[in-house]
Amino acid sequence: MASFLQLLVSGLATGAIYALVAVGFSLLWQTSQTINFAQGEFVMVPAFFVLVAMHTLGLPFWLAAIVGIATAALVLGVLFKRIIVDQMLRHGVLPLVVSTIALSLFMREAVKDFYSAQAQPFPSLVADRDITLFGVVFSAQSLALLVVAVAIVAALHIFLQHTRFGRMMQATAQNPTVARILGIDVERMILTTFLVNAVLCAIASILISPIYLAKFTNGETLGLAAFVAAIIGGFNQARGAMAGGILLGVLDNLCAAYMSAQYRSAVPLILLVLFILFRPQGLMGRVEERTV
Amino acid sequence: MVSLSQIAARRGVLGGIVLAGALAVSSLSARAADDTVFIPNVVELSGAGAVSGTNWRDGITLAVEEINAAGGILGKKLNVPHLDTQSDASIARAQVQKVMDDKPYVILGPVFSGSVLVTMALAQQNEIAEIVGGEAAAITQRGNAFVFRTSFGQQFSMPKIANYIRDGLKAKSVAVLWVNNDFGKGGRDNFTKEMQARDIKVVADISTESGQVDFAADVVKLKAANADAVFVYTNEEESARFLKEARKQSLKGALIGETTLLSQKVIELAGEAANGVRGHVGLSSDAPVPALATFAEKFKKRFNYANDHNGIKGYVAVYAIKHVTEKIGKFDSKAFAEALHGMTITPDKTPGILMEATWDKNGDIDRASFLGEVVAGKQKIVEVLPKLNK
Repeated sequence: MASFLQLLVSGLATGAIYALVAVGFSLLWQTSQTINFAQGEFVMVPAFFVLVAMHTLGLPFWLAAIVGIATAALVLGVLFKRIIVDQMLRHGVLPLVVSTIALSLFMREAVKDFYSAQAQPFPSLVADRDITLFGVVFSAQSLALLVVAVAIVAALHIFLQHTRFGRMMQATAQNPTVARILGIDVERMILTTFLVNAVLCAIASILISPIYLAKFTNGETLGLAAFVAAIIGGFNQARGAMAGGILLGVLDNLCAAYMSAQYRSAVPLILLVLFILFRPQGLMGRVEERTV
Repeated sequence: MVSLSQIAARRGVLGGIVLAGALAVSSLSARAADDTVFIPNVVELSGAGAVSGTNWRDGITLAVEEINAAGGILGKKLNVPHLDTQSDASIARAQVQKVMDDKPYVILGPVFSGSVLVTMALAQQNEIAEIVGGEAAAITQRGNAFVFRTSFGQQFSMPKIANYIRDGLKAKSVAVLWVNNDFGKGGRDNFTKEMQARDIKVVADISTESGQVDFAADVVKLKAANADAVFVYTNEEESARFLKEARKQSLKGALIGETTLLSQKVIELAGEAANGVRGHVGLSSDAPVPALATFAEKFKKRFNYANDHNGIKGYVAVYAIKHVTEKIGKFDSKAFAEALHGMTITPDKTPGILMEATWDKNGDIDRASFLGEVVAGKQKIVEVLPKLNK
């Protein structure tokens, strides 16, 4: 039982990170019909922004983390939208998909060349302490990761569902033309979505890098997991993406413990195939009708 | 008006100039080639083996710079390009195949055992010696007369660590965590064999994947096994991630490793989580050997980071080439391989060898080694183990 609880907490913590990234996938899709295949790299890169701020500018970790999040918002939010999405989307979704794949390769190689191919140590937000709950020893780090990630996802949910700005974003997502007629500044809403996505990715990066270590290849694992999480949860529903991320994190850990570590990487792909075959709209998504 | 014969004549002149130029360039490059000896380094500069490969490359670079500054070997400068295998055995093989066209004198690398196993046959076919960083036992058990190590093979290091677990820790049960590649599999097989020989029970046998990032489930399984000691045999980055997760979940029991778990890079990456780790270290800059400490200082000054054992391995490999070549007095790949078998190189003759080393008939190295422990973020050597055949 203790082992199961431990696995559950670890799975939830990992799943919460997947959820943060998956929500970004879902938001971008809803507001701008953008599938960002560089999403994994969007999580990998902010860790290096933070490291540069610490090692080159000599900032303390907390300040470097703020600089990292701000830089991510600018580069991965505003510049990504203006330079890539706005230019490519007018040619259709496919050129944009290809562009984001190219962008992911570029970011990976750029970080490798700029910072080295080796993994880098990354400071933790929380001190190394143990907490005993229900007879099971958990680390403060693990619990903090879970709490922070869940709090952010919950705050985002409240923001989207219960604030005027959030509802305007949702209206934009559901029908940009009608939203424009209703006087909503659609462009501003879309830009905000890109900023939110970049900030979510940066927070995920800061939370996960102390455990995964900062490395140029981290995006491969996270990007795939988050993409699958978004699909199995429901690509067009932020809360679906959250559920998908958490489900995937828990299943991944349980599978590695009770089945085999060798097959754990197959779990997301098996889930992906099953959902595409039997429930393409995902756990909480809605069926999208094709318009002609 | 220009006639056809004039055009032909002009073309002839032009062709002659081009040909003369080409000949001049080729004679220059031939002269340049005469002045250098080609020793390519095929190694893991990206992918899962980047930590090992980068250290290995930089150790080599340091030795090459020193040797070239001192006039080279037999009057020739060393030309050592570094080719990335991306930690992929098929790419390693392609890189070795590629360098064969330029007739290398010796090939350095790879470090990953899986890559060594697929490239060493190619080197053997071409009768070119290959000095590798791989530690899998199988490398030197295949009768290949052209492969040499600069680190212990698992068949030599595992008995040392097994003795320590029995005599030093007095452990009755042990759990094994190993990386599922040629290096990890070879280590796990040799380790479990040595445990059986000493009547120590292996209560958990857990394989992990190369490049794995999440070790939560593995640590849960190790906790459930409740062994006296946990033997961890993974590459550097995975070792660091495992140690962090082990610390996170408060894994009890002694954490024991063989070289990688106690390496400088793992200590740097894992931070406090590395404290308390113990094990056998084939090479260490923290060993009570002045030459190793001097090397570490030079390395740090040159590359601005602290080396691990792979840096020493790369450095020693180049000085072994220097020693053997000067001994045989010519650049003959086949003669090089023949001479290195059974040779002992001592630091008084070749200071760059750092510690007395002997290569046996299989290409395995024998030299002193160490037992170490990580204390307050530093590797502390607690015992020096003598050469096996001394």
